[in-house]
Amino acid sequence: MPDIVFAILFFFMVTTTMRSETLMVKMKLPTASEVQKLEKKSLVTYINIGPPMDARLGTGTQMQLNDRFAQVSEIQDYIAQEKASMNEADQPLMTVSIKADDETRMQYITDVKQALRQAYALKISYSARQGDN
Amino acid sequence: MANKRKVPALNANSMADISFLLLTFFLLVSNMDVDSGLARRLPPPPQTEEQTSVDVQRRNLLVVLVNAQNETMAQSQQGSEWYSSAEELRGSGGKVALKDKVKEFVLNMSNSSELPELTEEDFGPPIGIVPVTDQHVISIQNDATTSYKTYIAVQNEVVRAYNELREEGARKYFNTSYEELTEDQKSQINTLYPQRISEAEPKNYGGQ
Repeated sequence: MPDIVFAILFFFMVTTTMRSETLMVKMKLPTASEVQKLEKKSLVTYINIGPPMDARLGTGTQMQLNDRFAQVSEIQDYIAQEKASMNEADQPLMTVSIKADDETRMQYITDVKQALRQAYALKISYSARQGDN
Repeated sequence: MANKRKVPALNANSMADISFLLLTFFLLVSNMDVDSGLARRLPPPPQTEEQTSVDVQRRNLLVVLVNAQNETMAQSQQGSEWYSSAEELRGSGGKVALKDKVKEFVLNMSNSSELPELTEEDFGPPIGIVPVTDQHVISIQNDATTSYKTYIAVQNEVVRAYNELREEGARKYFNTSYEELTEDQKSQINTLYPQRISEAEPKNYGGQ
């Protein structure tokens, strides 16, 4: 009996990842058919964009970096910080996953993209759900 | 060596309870879903003021513009086509689907002077020397109030066109599907049909 449970335990430890952060923005990811999986979780940095969960904060688009709301101008610091916490060999492979609500205006996404360019985080991924469109 | 100590027997009765506890812990704190998305590479930031734009010959450029009303225009030297919804992007309503337009543009089978110029290049066996449009650029442009949903739908159609080209290339040269190729063969096909998508600097076309 303990052996079986241990086997299940190891299976879960290997296949899953820790729930990284609690989401503070609501988002409905867009669907796309040609999505690729992001392989290495440790190389991926997330940027969450959408209206805040807390209705008292209004319905304007907000961005969440690491458990708090942030402005677009803070992206550079955030990326530098995330880069510094990585292996030197892994740094060029860093991927930024933009998880944005599908009603977001492109102006916001474009600003984020420009900030990422300035921060030399050039590998990005537009997060999308596998769908049939 | 001689004095082998006797290892005291470990009481393993509670082992199942402990591992069940650990198992429940991992079940609660972990999530299974893998993030997926459309991968893209951004251009590095412009170093000088002059470097912001690159000159591309008109025939090598396919502009895909998504405007504030979430309508899409695909414009090459052959002419332009408007798509007003996601269904039309995929070819309903008697329109040429965006992916077919992109494929026609990238391949330039007819060697038309209005589509990107063909240059012969060697891709190694078994592909050999074939003409390709290695200078073509697909420029995806958007307006400030374009919705992200439409933008992703358009990006998706363009990526789909490239994926279909690669699939056809794999069938033609290696007689299998792209998925079953080795890494080397995949990169061979990828250099045959490189994704040349440019995400232009933001512009404001009006219609706030």
